[in-house]
Amino acid sequence: MLPNIQLSHFAAALVFAIFASTVFGITQREAPKEMLRYGLYCFSLFVGGVIVAGWAMWLIKR
Amino acid sequence: MSSTGKNLEAALERDKARAAQPAVPGSQTMAVVAPAVGWLIPGAGHIIQGRWIRGILLMISIVSMFVIGLMMQGKIYAFNTGDLLDMLGFVGDLGAGGLYIVSRALDLGSGAIFRATADYGTKFMIVAGLLNVIAAVDAHHIALGKKR
Repeated sequence: MLPNIQLSHFAAALVFAIFASTVFGITQREAPKEMLRYGLYCFSLFVGGVIVAGWAMWLIKR
Repeated sequence: MSSTGKNLEAALERDKARAAQPAVPGSQTMAVVAPAVGWLIPGAGHIIQGRWIRGILLMISIVSMFVIGLMMQGKIYAFNTGDLLDMLGFVGDLGAGGLYIVSRALDLGSGAIFRATADYGTKFMIVAGLLNVIAAVDAHHIALGKKR
């Protein structure tokens, strides 16, 4: 019924970060400017966490 | 006590009284209706209170996340009393409200998981449900006047 998609690990993490940050920004702050700032902050933490975790796993594997 | 201190105390009391009261008349009903509608249709709890942009953004985010999870061939949990993680998965999925009901009715997300990305899809749908619960609680707070 629905088409299948296959996202890479990183693309899936990016999509997750975009949507989760949007909801966090809207629900956790009051003013629109604060919402945008908090959303961007959450997004950077999500993506930054992914990159750090990725490098940490690469180092562990070596 | 100085007059400034008294004024400050009075202002704090007024704030406390204002926070304890509903923001607009009839919002006690809205405090029940908004989260219920918001749970059933993601973002609708905000839309019925006139927060159009917030509601539409929430709707796009939650619905997209859920649908992408389905398209990644994620699994939707049914009610179960088995493994603890399966039960928690059901609770998370149920948070998506109408999306969960429609998906179950159409028998979507019931296939076996063969790929890692399908497991991500399962997590996408659980998180979409949990985000929807956060959005519904936010709609409740707006109706109570705790949030603008």
